[in-house]
Amino acid sequence: MKCNQLVEVGRRQFLRGGLVATAGAAAATMMPGRAKAAPPMALVEYPSNRLANLSDLKLNEPMDIAYPDGDSPGVLLKLGKAVEGGVGPQMDIVAFSVTCPHKGFPLSYNTDDRTFNCPGHYSRFDAEAGGQEVWGHATQNLPQFTLRIDAKGDIYAEGVDELLYGRLSNVL
Amino acid sequence: MAYKRQIDRLPIIPKDAKEFNVTCHYCIVGCGYKAYTWPMNKQGGTAPGANKFGVDLGQQQDAQTPNWYAPSMYNVVKQGGQDVHLVIKPDDNCVVNSGLGSVRGARMAENRRSDVTGTQQQRLTEPMVWRYGTWQPTTWDDALDLVAQVTARVVDKGKEDDLFVSMFDHGGSAGGYENTWGTGKLYFGSMKVKNCRIHNRPAYNSEVHSTRDMGIGELNNCYEDYELTDAIFLVGGNAMETQSNLFLNHWVPGLRGDSMDKKKAQLPNEPHAPAKIVIVDPRRTVTINTCEVVAGKDNVLHLQIESGTDLALFNTLFTYIVDKGWLDNDFIAASTFQGPDPAQAENKAYPAALTSFKAAVAACKMSLDDGAKICGLSKDDIVKAAEWIAKPKDGGARKRTVFPYEKGIIWGNDNYRTIGALVNIALATGNIGRPGGGVVRLGGHQEGYMRPDESHVGRPAAYVDDLIIKGQGKVHHIWANDHYKTTLNATEFKRIYNKRTNMVKEAMDAVAGGTRAELIDAIVKAVDAGGLFSVNVDIIHSQIGQAAHVILPAVESGEMNLTSMNGERRLRLTERYMDGPGSAKPDCMIAAALAQNMERVLRAMGKADYADQFKGYDWKSEEDAFMDGYYAHTGKIVTYDRLRAMGTNGVQEPVVDYKDDKLVGTQRLYTDGKFDRHGRPDKKALFCAGAWRGWQAPGKADEKVKYAFLINNGRSNINWQNHFLDQENDFVSDRYPFPFIEMHPDDMAKVGVKAGDLVEVYNDAGATQAMAYPTPTARPGETFMLFGTPTGQQGNVVNPGVNELVLPDYKHAWANIRKLADAPEAVRGISFKSKEYTA
Ligand code: SF4
Ligand code: FES
Repeated sequence: MKCNQLVEVGRRQFLRGGLVATAGAAAATMMPGRAKAAPPMALVEYPSNRLANLSDLKLNEPMDIAYPDGDSPGVLLKLGKAVEGGVGPQMDIVAFSVTCPHKGFPLSYNTDDRTFNCPGHYSRFDAEAGGQEVWGHATQNLPQFTLRIDAKGDIYAEGVDELLYGRLSNVL
Repeated sequence: MAYKRQIDRLPIIPKDAKEFNVTCHYCIVGCGYKAYTWPMNKQGGTAPGANKFGVDLGQQQDAQTPNWYAPSMYNVVKQGGQDVHLVIKPDDNCVVNSGLGSVRGARMAENRRSDVTGTQQQRLTEPMVWRYGTWQPTTWDDALDLVAQVTARVVDKGKEDDLFVSMFDHGGSAGGYENTWGTGKLYFGSMKVKNCRIHNRPAYNSEVHSTRDMGIGELNNCYEDYELTDAIFLVGGNAMETQSNLFLNHWVPGLRGDSMDKKKAQLPNEPHAPAKIVIVDPRRTVTINTCEVVAGKDNVLHLQIESGTDLALFNTLFTYIVDKGWLDNDFIAASTFQGPDPAQAENKAYPAALTSFKAAVAACKMSLDDGAKICGLSKDDIVKAAEWIAKPKDGGARKRTVFPYEKGIIWGNDNYRTIGALVNIALATGNIGRPGGGVVRLGGHQEGYMRPDESHVGRPAAYVDDLIIKGQGKVHHIWANDHYKTTLNATEFKRIYNKRTNMVKEAMDAVAGGTRAELIDAIVKAVDAGGLFSVNVDIIHSQIGQAAHVILPAVESGEMNLTSMNGERRLRLTERYMDGPGSAKPDCMIAAALAQNMERVLRAMGKADYADQFKGYDWKSEEDAFMDGYYAHTGKIVTYDRLRAMGTNGVQEPVVDYKDDKLVGTQRLYTDGKFDRHGRPDKKALFCAGAWRGWQAPGKADEKVKYAFLINNGRSNINWQNHFLDQENDFVSDRYPFPFIEMHPDDMAKVGVKAGDLVEVYNDAGATQAMAYPTPTARPGETFMLFGTPTGQQGNVVNPGVNELVLPDYKHAWANIRKLADAPEAVRGISFKSKEYTA
């Protein structure tokens, strides 16, 4: 089965639902004005963005998200088994960028073998192995978003482990 | 664990960064890149006026943007002794790759040695000599004197057979015209070394004798031909993985129909359609899957033959096409040999007769029934392939077909006749020297061959690795060859090589503290007693380098100026954009220094005559070597300045002129229908009269019967050649910590292994190890193992059998497989999913 939601993902996609308010708040904390005033950090400072609540997730159904801003689409996934970088009671919830790190085409999710596939030049990445490039042309594995879950079950993204395609700083 | 760099921003290339032309030094395709360097204490900004791209980098850039680079494209390196920022990124303006990078080339920057970021610390920095029971760093003078003193004791004028030489003959990497000339001048000019071999095979010979003997150089078309063609007939090649950007930037447009306008514009008087593709391969590759995705399954025909039966298939196709009359009769009459037959008789040096068309048709005759049976194919599929590649188009126009081939048949059964049979089809259908045509070797490395005449080597050439096993040779000079990872019969080779070189190490250890004369005497005594003195010139301390007595550090492309040509003969200059590590030197300069030391030592020995042969190496730089070699021997047209001005697009060889401030090249060979690669004055192409004769190399037929699994083998897209730099690249070694062996799940069950378990592959020739990778598309009983790796060498189980001209049949090894260990820690967590893209 193909994820139809993802086919529609445009890079300019708007954030939806509960995410909007949080992302708005986060955006305020990462305005360039602040960066100018402070000495540069060893890592860019990532916003903490609420993506969803545990109760919103269905097994192996990718939910569209964006992180750290609306120009960087991703998906949130519950895989049903503990995986690399997984959070939640079952250590099975992960989030990845869906912009191919090779040349920036949008990836689509194959629910059968749980891989992200790129129509650009046919690379594929494993959702169950930390986004490892199973085969492809990108010189990076798929950027994975660092997640945190609070007491209410709200899932927050708070970091990225690889440089996102199309930007020389993960936070613009 | 998927390797993540944890890099979340990169320094921005400032507007005034220095810019250099770079050709990717990895595969044959030779993609164009640009290197940018700038001082450590400077950086560009996001504002359009503050960066090299002139755009607002504070914005997300679109797909395929030229304004982005990955962390693998960045490093900090030395330039003129200073640390500088370095970015090497694909060049959008290069016609070869149009801005595409591959998983190999786009890691060029990351694979540079850096003292700041810590990458490639394995690079050799100083010469080393075996001393006090290990390798000790020393000076060039000390190391070269030892090499020259020992070498001069075992060679004499006209008596150089005790000096064995392994020397790369390729371009790209650390190869190129400068360096092949340097070593060539030393061993084929100053000396006439006969016992020599090339980086990937155990003799000094051609990979493709037959096409050359037929008059046809093997790189005869241009990459655009794949956009103009009606059909591609791919044999034993996996272009998506091993010529990635040739496939993506030229085959895909042809197959998908993106190049239809180009076809109509350039070839207006015939009907056009998107290209179809026939792929001859015993294995289903990712190339096949991708072709199905881009062209549609109906336009892809996978002829999944019985491994090693390509010759039977080509002779069947040839016979069928001739019977149908789908021929270019005018071309055959005008451009091919008309008799009397044979033009060249079959003999020890010619594994098949070379003849007229008519004689070849008679000799190669094979019925559809016989061909289908031998190859394990349906007759319908063979007919379909013949129709796709040769049946005239509506209105009667000749079909345009490209016939690319690679190691599947080069390292396959009956190399000479098989390649000859493929060239027969291309000749008969008039597909050489025409747009949309070509019968071409796809290639591994780039090319960069310029050497004095090598005919003294003889044909068949000496089977050097076998001679070493048999105890011959006293001194061995090795230039970037790693037999331990890439030769055949490697189990035995390593056993003997370790033993013979250890004899010399022991002799050297025994005279510790002695004089230089005592040391030389001890070494000479040891080699006279069956030992081998091994000199290793390389960029890293290789596996065969563990056996060496002297190690000399070389530089790579980019650390020196270097010229090479790609698979469409496109010549470029890669400019020196950084310093080499430590005191490492270009190979050509090492060869020159060695020659000068030989001259000095021989003169001191009173051999003035012989010493004089080692004159002529007073090069100041690699540019002097280029002028002495390439420039002087190719019409004195190409200089560094002229080539630099041609940028990343360069010029296609042969270069014929310099006009209007531009070098003028040659887009395709043989457009005039005159063939000269064989050197025949009549310039007529010959056909190959090579009948099918089953397994050609000794031992193959028996081995096939004796063992359960075919150990087919080859490259993957992520690992460059023998992994010499990639073994220290975290991204790569994280993906495949051990060589994979693709096995059908039923075979894995039989052997009792799970994904990632280590298996031992063993047969009479030896044994090796690999990591099981479940592959449902593999044929049961047929495995595919990654070759050339540091952590399991497939060549260990390849028997010593070679063809008449000493071409190895690496692809045909049969062995048993047993479990060695559960998946090692490094393997846990890596992906074992299908490599095939799914929509
Ligand atoms: S396709 Fe070959 S030449 Fe091009 S970037 Fe990749 S390795 Fe380099
Ligand atoms: S953009 Fe994804 S493979 Fe090229």
